[in-house]
Amino acid sequence: MNALTRFLRRLEGPQTLGRGPLFWAGFLVTLAAACAYPLFSDGYTVGNTVYFFTWIFMALGLCLIWGYGGSLSFGQTAFFGIAGYSYGILTINFGAAYGFTFVALLFAVAVAALFAALLGYFLFFGRISGVFLGIVTLSVTLVLERFMAQTAGPEWRIGSARLNGFNGMSNMPPLTLPWPGGDIVLFPDVELYYVVLAMLVVVYLGLRILVNSPFGNVLVAIRENPERAEMLGYDIRKYQLGTFVIGAALAGLSGVLYTSWGQYITPSSMGMTAAALPIVWVAVGGRSDLTTTLIGTVTVLAVFQALTIHGSQYALVVMGVMLVLTVLLAPSGLILALAKLVARPFTKRANNNLPGDA
Amino acid sequence: MDVGTLAFSALYQFGDAFAFLVLSACGLAVIFGMMGVINLAHGEFIMCGAYVTVSAAHAGLPLPLAIVLGALVAGMVGALVEIVVVRHLYDRPLDTIVATWGLSLIGTQGTLILLGSTMAGVGTPFGSFQVGAYSYSLYRLVLFVMAIVVLAGLYALFNWTRFGVMARATIQVPHMAAALGVDTRRVYSLTFALGAGLAGLAGGLYAPTMTLVPTMGTTFIMEAFVTVVVGGADVFLGTAPAAALLAVVKATMTSWYGQLFGQIGLLVAVIVVIRVLPRGISGFLLRERA
Repeated sequence: MNALTRFLRRLEGPQTLGRGPLFWAGFLVTLAAACAYPLFSDGYTVGNTVYFFTWIFMALGLCLIWGYGGSLSFGQTAFFGIAGYSYGILTINFGAAYGFTFVALLFAVAVAALFAALLGYFLFFGRISGVFLGIVTLSVTLVLERFMAQTAGPEWRIGSARLNGFNGMSNMPPLTLPWPGGDIVLFPDVELYYVVLAMLVVVYLGLRILVNSPFGNVLVAIRENPERAEMLGYDIRKYQLGTFVIGAALAGLSGVLYTSWGQYITPSSMGMTAAALPIVWVAVGGRSDLTTTLIGTVTVLAVFQALTIHGSQYALVVMGVMLVLTVLLAPSGLILALAKLVARPFTKRANNNLPGDA
Repeated sequence: MDVGTLAFSALYQFGDAFAFLVLSACGLAVIFGMMGVINLAHGEFIMCGAYVTVSAAHAGLPLPLAIVLGALVAGMVGALVEIVVVRHLYDRPLDTIVATWGLSLIGTQGTLILLGSTMAGVGTPFGSFQVGAYSYSLYRLVLFVMAIVVLAGLYALFNWTRFGVMARATIQVPHMAAALGVDTRRVYSLTFALGAGLAGLAGGLYAPTMTLVPTMGTTFIMEAFVTVVVGGADVFLGTAPAAALLAVVKATMTSWYGQLFGQIGLLVAVIVVIRVLPRGISGFLLRERA
């Protein structure tokens, strides 16, 4: 009991914004609104909302690696793609009976995490940091994309799953919940919405606990000053590798959910443009905090979607402009910048005691 | 097939790979060596150079002049980008990378909107020649010569000109150089423009050999990244030897298994090299020398 309360107390702490009854009341209201949302909407729109949600895991993973750990990983979409393809290969070969899709989900995420562990071992134990880390992870992603793009021939098959090159893989079964009295197939509809929402809440709260734990404190110490953290006796390579693997697993989870959502995955979901988008979501919202990343990602995705409806070509240009402007004008993210702007008249009287002043 | 033609074939492929690596990487390396930032819009400067070159060639300009024009325009765009965006981020090098990625998105997609998904190219000039049973494109030899010329030109620029002295001073200790009266901001601007111009030159030189699409930059950047990572911060002690080393890997893998495995070989090589030499070849050489 005591251990449990200690554990839960880490839901708030120095590494996360938002604490106290007011914040959690807001959290519960948001959650309740999210739960009630399908009642006021139709299945199609709810299905599209799930599409937003699938990306958030990747954004939170990047927030952990980049915002908290200070390592530039530009290759999140590589793990996204690996897990997506793994899910496709597994479910096409073994079907969806007996809840196997969720086993496939775990396997696919594990494959992505394993790949990240291998790559991360070379990078972090080779003491690659900063600029080079971003470049190497991006290069890996680009090569992976090209590799998958050339698998069009019939010789590229794993079991009964054709990789299909640039056209991508399709027709894998969606996630299926085994249920007494008939399996529930999670097509992009209300059921999938609740499953993904539950995953999202678990991942968000879990990450909050993680970053407020000793692990998270060391991680932030490494971000602030790697040499100092090392002098204090922490093996920073292990912490960085651990973070990288967790972030990759989350990107993998996004990949699986995306693949099962649309029953479709292509190499271009890993490419240069796709790889830039997580960076935009996380940077624009505010990479240094989980909550701002979450809000920022949802907002940017909604803007992107709205723009895509009116003129899909311009959406990416707007994303680029948004990224450049954020970096230039509000490096800690738009949400924190706005919060500071709003809070400015009050903080002067309160003698600049705003908590979480990044 | 006798040994002579075999050797020539290997040498030709090595030269081709070497030229590609040097030309695509030198612009990136110049900027990285000076400011420690990677310009992720590098591929878009290459694309810019290629598009300008081909448009000028279509308009009737002779190809060599068109290539020079492509490099100049890319250099000017680079100077503009430096003044508007990059200049404000020198104290935040990691943010520079992110910002240039934003520029890259704008560049690729903007070109797609303005100029469409593809552009009619110009044919590869000079034709081909025959050695043994195989025919080789003469233009590839020109590219190899150009790679050497670019390296020599950069060496001359950095060692024999006033700009070069100021640039090297700025690389070594920026505030000391500033204290001695070097306008470091201008040196940074010029270097960024030079890097962008070299990217444009690479684009112009390779424009006749490939199809022009807005995403053509990505064909170059992976090789450019890898070369700069393996080479480290110095163009002459880093980029050139790294390109030579990687060209062997690339040419061997490509001739055995094809283009893609050439790239995978490069990637494996870079991961192994950074595991052994974290600061690249130039870091290793400079430490030995010091």
